[in-house]
Amino acid sequence: MTERLVLDIGPGELPGHAARLLGDGGHRLALVSACEQAGGFRVVYLFTAAGFDQGPERRTELRVHLPADDPVVPSLAALSFPAGRFEREMRDLYGIVPADHPLPRRLVRHHHWPRGWYPMRADAGPPPSFGDPEGPFPFLTVTGPGVYEIPVGPVHAGMIEPGHFRFSVVGETILKLKARLWYVHKGIEKLFEGRAPADGLELAERVSGDTSVGHALAYCLAVEEATGCAVPRKAQLMRAVLLELERLYNHVTDLGALCNDVAHAILNAHAQRVRERLLRLNAEVTGHRLLRGGVIPGGAELRVLPDPAIMSAVAADVAEIVDLALGHTVVLDRFAGTAELSAEAARDLGVLGYVARASGLDVDARRDHPFADIGPLSVVTRTSGDVLARFQVRAEEIAVSVELINRLVAGLSAGVQLGERVTAGGPASGVGIAEGWRGTIVHRVELAGDGTLSRVKIVDPSFFNWPALPVALSGAIVPDFPLVNKSFNLSYAGNDL
Amino acid sequence: MSGDLMSGLIATVLQVVLVIAGAPLLVGLMRQVRARMEGRAGAGVPQPWRDLRKLLRKEPTEPRDTGWPFRLAPLVLAGTALVVAAVVPLVSTASPLDSAADLFAVTALLALGSVALALGGLDTGTAFGGMGASREVTVLALVEPTILVSVFALSVRAGSTNLGAIVNVTEADPMRVLSPASLLAAVALAVVTIAETGRIPVDNPSTHLELTMIHEAMVLEYSGPDLALIEWASAARLTVLLGLLGSLFLPWGVATAGTGALAVLIGVAAFAVKTAALGVLLAVGEVFMAKLRLFRIPELLAGSFLLALLAVAASFFLAGGA
Repeated sequence: MTERLVLDIGPGELPGHAARLLGDGGHRLALVSACEQAGGFRVVYLFTAAGFDQGPERRTELRVHLPADDPVVPSLAALSFPAGRFEREMRDLYGIVPADHPLPRRLVRHHHWPRGWYPMRADAGPPPSFGDPEGPFPFLTVTGPGVYEIPVGPVHAGMIEPGHFRFSVVGETILKLKARLWYVHKGIEKLFEGRAPADGLELAERVSGDTSVGHALAYCLAVEEATGCAVPRKAQLMRAVLLELERLYNHVTDLGALCNDVAHAILNAHAQRVRERLLRLNAEVTGHRLLRGGVIPGGAELRVLPDPAIMSAVAADVAEIVDLALGHTVVLDRFAGTAELSAEAARDLGVLGYVARASGLDVDARRDHPFADIGPLSVVTRTSGDVLARFQVRAEEIAVSVELINRLVAGLSAGVQLGERVTAGGPASGVGIAEGWRGTIVHRVELAGDGTLSRVKIVDPSFFNWPALPVALSGAIVPDFPLVNKSFNLSYAGNDL
Repeated sequence: MSGDLMSGLIATVLQVVLVIAGAPLLVGLMRQVRARMEGRAGAGVPQPWRDLRKLLRKEPTEPRDTGWPFRLAPLVLAGTALVVAAVVPLVSTASPLDSAADLFAVTALLALGSVALALGGLDTGTAFGGMGASREVTVLALVEPTILVSVFALSVRAGSTNLGAIVNVTEADPMRVLSPASLLAAVALAVVTIAETGRIPVDNPSTHLELTMIHEAMVLEYSGPDLALIEWASAARLTVLLGLLGSLFLPWGVATAGTGALAVLIGVAAFAVKTAALGVLLAVGEVFMAKLRLFRIPELLAGSFLLALLAVAASFFLAGGA
């Protein structure tokens, strides 16, 4: 388990430390979590650095203590784009003000919620009635001859979550896209508070329905670090298998959906067939089609091991679907060169997961922040950053996952593997990092003296990746939007906690 | 003479009834073929009729601030489809409406329906209606000239722009179908039929993604009986265009003047078989196609226009040579 370097600093020292870590230290800002403490607030900035080619991985936590009456922190928005978004989230939910923030607008808490009501505070109470709006959402109006706006959503055709997209368009070309999210704030972080760590699992599995294992794993790793629970090596390997099973069914689904979005439905039909086969396998392995119940605090449970023959058959099936898709001139034409996200933009925005890898960023928490010794892992990257690159990265990751699963199950047997029981042991904190299929998931938990959860902060990769979508789309055409959106496939639920 | 008129009249009535009843079945057949080829069970051939029945039972709703173009569009679209279904020589060339079966009149009627629907889409004032209308008119502007020019290539040898006359000439000398002019015109007309009826690779009739739609974006605001009318009219236009392709390039079985009731029956059967076969062919083709990027569609349609132009040139040169 990786040691965290914890520094308690004053607000004034924060920018200096952050600049050092983000600059030469090679860290990225992984998480910002605020919480209430006696006499005020505590804000935790978690920086992480990859471990594979620069020595061991590093995790550095800066803790800033703030008074209750005037909680102000210096803004890090100038140093890191994600920091600016974390700060806006923190201000909306806790009322902690980032000083000199370049974009001091509401993010999470929509404008119809009253001023001065901060839902994550202990004294927030039930949601108040709407009122005291701070004016309409400030969409930037693009003007000029022939420019018009297309508002889409928040309610969409089809079974997708709510998000409002406003396109400023000339002809069919997108000049600007503004995505407005946070329509379904569930308060899931607050629901964790006061629960026993074991009872938090069912919430973690439901942060984002398609990422049960990813979030459950990050949560369990965090809880295990906080409680000092040692997890058997075999349980960690079982978890790695479950993580790959989740990656497989989601990647397969999206490869089919991308073909469907260019009206090549026959490949979608076949991808859905493969997906169903994987979901049934999931049900056999964990008792749940979406793999719930496999990862448990302190261990893991596999009812049966995934059959390597089936996994190889799935990989061959997918490879054929991918070959057919990329061999189709029209499909290839639709994918290639569509919505390119440059490596520079991806790096600046702090993009994660396959979106980052398709833009040439070599990041993967399975290798950079390993929780188990899974052996060599080839990280698939592309450099073109277009829909094709995202499609190819995911297609190749399927092959890598199947190879990994088959390698891991060879040394495993079905059943429950459980370490020492997770028990209470005074105030503590822990961090869990897992590479879910969308990208790096980070959970940070704090335990109170009685062993219950006092604060859980969840960061889904979608929080980092959403701002990249409008950047990639500038200059694209309106009818390509659904395809591009699907190639990112970001979570609304994981973003809007 | 009165017997001819009688059989012509019966043929026309049968033709209209066949298009009215058969058009949704053709759409159902095409969907079923696609579903089976993609390994799905499919909803069955009569499903479009069940959908229409459901829609007809619903109460009509209108978006606020819409005016007469919105209300009139489904009626104009369905009306023009019905008139075209009556005049085009599908079952018989001896129709009493034969004089109206003019190339220009038919093209103009189809365009009238499309324009009415585009105006209806614009009238809603929503971004999707306007977007769909803009795309539809872009496609229409490229489709109509191609239809005109390609059928004109066929009319050269008949010496008339009357569709019945063209079919008569082809039926009298079926080998003309294999002439370069005819083949070029057939390809051009097939491409514009696909574009005009909103099929893959131009439009995807089964998508739910509003931003990618052409035809469906215009009709998003319609519901209940109005939507039923539009759905039926779209199916009828597809049926008539496929039927016209069949009559122009596979004219066997089309009843001509001076033939009796048996010829009319054969005409009915031939029309049904040819249209179903073309529909199945189109559906099978769609399974292997994907939707083009919007900006590639003008290239496709410009290509088909070029083929039509070549067809005209070829028909003149070959006619001159002979």
